[in-house]
Amino acid sequence: MTELVRVEGLKKHFPVTRGLVFQKEVGSVKAVDGVDFVLRKGETLGVVGESGCGKSTMARCIARLLEPTGGSIVFEGRDITHLGRHEMRVVRRDMMMVFQDPYASLNPRKRVGFIVGEPLEVHGIGTEAERKHRVQSLLEIVGLNPEHYNRFPHEFSGGQRQRIGIARALSINPKLIICDEPVSALDVSVQAQILNLLKDLQQDFDLTYIFIAHDLNVVRHISDRVMVMYLGQAVEVGARSELYLEPKHPYTGALLSAVPIADPELGRSRRQIVLEGDVPSPLNPPEACRFHPRCPRFVDGKCNVDPPALVHVGGIDDHLAACHFPLERWPMSEDEIRHHGAAVGATSD
Amino acid sequence: MKALEVQDLNTTFRTDDGLVKAVSGVSFSLEQGATLGVVGESGSGKSVTFLTVMGLVDPRHAQVSGSVLLNGEEMLGASQHHLRQIRGATIGMIFQDPMTSLNPVKTIGWQLEEAVLIHQDVTRKEARKRAIEILKEVEIPRADQRVDDYPHQFSGGMRQRVMIAMALINNPEIVIADEPTTALDVTTQAQILRLMKRLQAEYRMAIVMITHDLGVVAELSDDVIVMYGGKVVEQSRVNDLFARPEMPYTWGLLGSLPRLNAEGSRLEQIPGQPPSLLNPPPGCLFHPRCEFVMDVCRTKLPELAPSEHGEDHRFRCHLDSETRTRIWGVKKAALVTEDAAA
Repeated sequence: MTELVRVEGLKKHFPVTRGLVFQKEVGSVKAVDGVDFVLRKGETLGVVGESGCGKSTMARCIARLLEPTGGSIVFEGRDITHLGRHEMRVVRRDMMMVFQDPYASLNPRKRVGFIVGEPLEVHGIGTEAERKHRVQSLLEIVGLNPEHYNRFPHEFSGGQRQRIGIARALSINPKLIICDEPVSALDVSVQAQILNLLKDLQQDFDLTYIFIAHDLNVVRHISDRVMVMYLGQAVEVGARSELYLEPKHPYTGALLSAVPIADPELGRSRRQIVLEGDVPSPLNPPEACRFHPRCPRFVDGKCNVDPPALVHVGGIDDHLAACHFPLERWPMSEDEIRHHGAAVGATSD
Repeated sequence: MKALEVQDLNTTFRTDDGLVKAVSGVSFSLEQGATLGVVGESGSGKSVTFLTVMGLVDPRHAQVSGSVLLNGEEMLGASQHHLRQIRGATIGMIFQDPMTSLNPVKTIGWQLEEAVLIHQDVTRKEARKRAIEILKEVEIPRADQRVDDYPHQFSGGMRQRVMIAMALINNPEIVIADEPTTALDVTTQAQILRLMKRLQAEYRMAIVMITHDLGVVAELSDDVIVMYGGKVVEQSRVNDLFARPEMPYTWGLLGSLPRLNAEGSRLEQIPGQPPSLLNPPPGCLFHPRCEFVMDVCRTKLPELAPSEHGEDHRFRCHLDSETRTRIWGVKKAALVTEDAAA
């Protein structure tokens, strides 16, 4: 499969200033701090992590809605990290975004026909009549009634609004669609409709997705490969089934075991890992491995000194994890994950 | 004696567009020390049901009828004064968004003390001692210092712990938790659910868990009610509900969950939207979205009838027993859950 996007060492730091007139930089929030990944044409890369891990900031950097502080973004072989406004406009024809909140992301004062057709107008595609025709066929593709062309967003339910957002993203035939929590605000029955729609569209229009969500089940359902982020860094990347069936990073393991299971017998009999504490502040992230203060496998003198690199940990496809003491098997209980004395000697040197 | 017994509860709001029957004919009961899960999508009436139970629905805008027995005492029609004595003391409440339910300009300690002072005859000093105790109980580190912090100095998970502390501070018999973990990340959610289980065992209180997340219900509840369009459409012991759901809406809910296995397959989707309560469809409320709809469904609302597999299990559906068994057999086969143990 050919490469569509290559991201290397992507960084986004937001300065924290003090003082009203003479603003002095006193620190920075390292929202994204060195992320590398490759996105192949036609695949879906799921990005999971807790709030504040930098997944949305990363997506916005890729779409150049935010200026990256460092690193590079290569789209179809072309470095777009420092393109100017006009050059970027051409690239934007090939990448669109779908946002989380369908109530906030559609202009309440514009008609649906305008909202869906606006990208066509911006890029000067077609005559007005052609655009109208295109918009009506798009509405039909996403499962809305083309006769609703003249309605306003408030006349639609949450799921229907998300369909409008998807129709808009599709309008200029992009190659890449970045979906930032597209189903988080929807009820389960409607969420299923939208997930199925996204899958169908991917096949029909040969789309590549970056799919950001905090719901691990949703990401597993839709993605080919999955990236787990923690405090601005990727801690594990791998093919979906490998990452979910044989997680290597203790954080991935903890995330997986924290998901409630909709099956009372299974859910109550499993051995859950519950992490202590909260995600630390990205203003002042922990040294070395950023997960070490919460990690059940923490080894003093190693994890808090030596930052682990994202390295190959097995699997046919490139399954990568950034951990000095990756999990040997899965599932594990809280006690098993802690007692890895035998494994320490084997893996540390 | 049952901690809470609700009979034929109806809540109708008067709006400019007409009457909205947010809750109609809801009945259930809650045993002491048990957990009742209430599942439903937005607009299914799950929150309004419990606002009505607590007497928090404004009588100027709503008509309420039915019966709510709290420890055998009728709550509907009780005076506001009496209800205020009960809320926060006999019934504790936990809401979804801890940031909007805590006062941002008062310290955590002040707010906890207030809850004690309203309901108990103690001094401010004793109340403060109690506040620190309860913060320790909900596992807030350095509770004796954090008690003087403001809500914004706490993280989302910590704030939810404060909300739980506030609900528990007067040793309630019932805690009503309305989507307590919806705004939280999974790892924090796991911490909060574990905490609630531990506190329930310790304080022996009954919990009502209102949520749209079937996973949370499966982990925590003893009994479940499924609500749709303001009505109870299925109620059962938790194991029965997941092992043998009896009606199409519940099948749809279970089928539309992205499973931990079943990769890549299409999700079963329920077509259409939840019904408008302003203009509900005639007959069975679910019939416009139901794939097994029959003529009778369009005209006649099915009764909440007991399942042949046990009196505790009740549901609304016109399909006969044989057909339901056959359909669920097919659907169940599609939802394999072998590796979900992860």
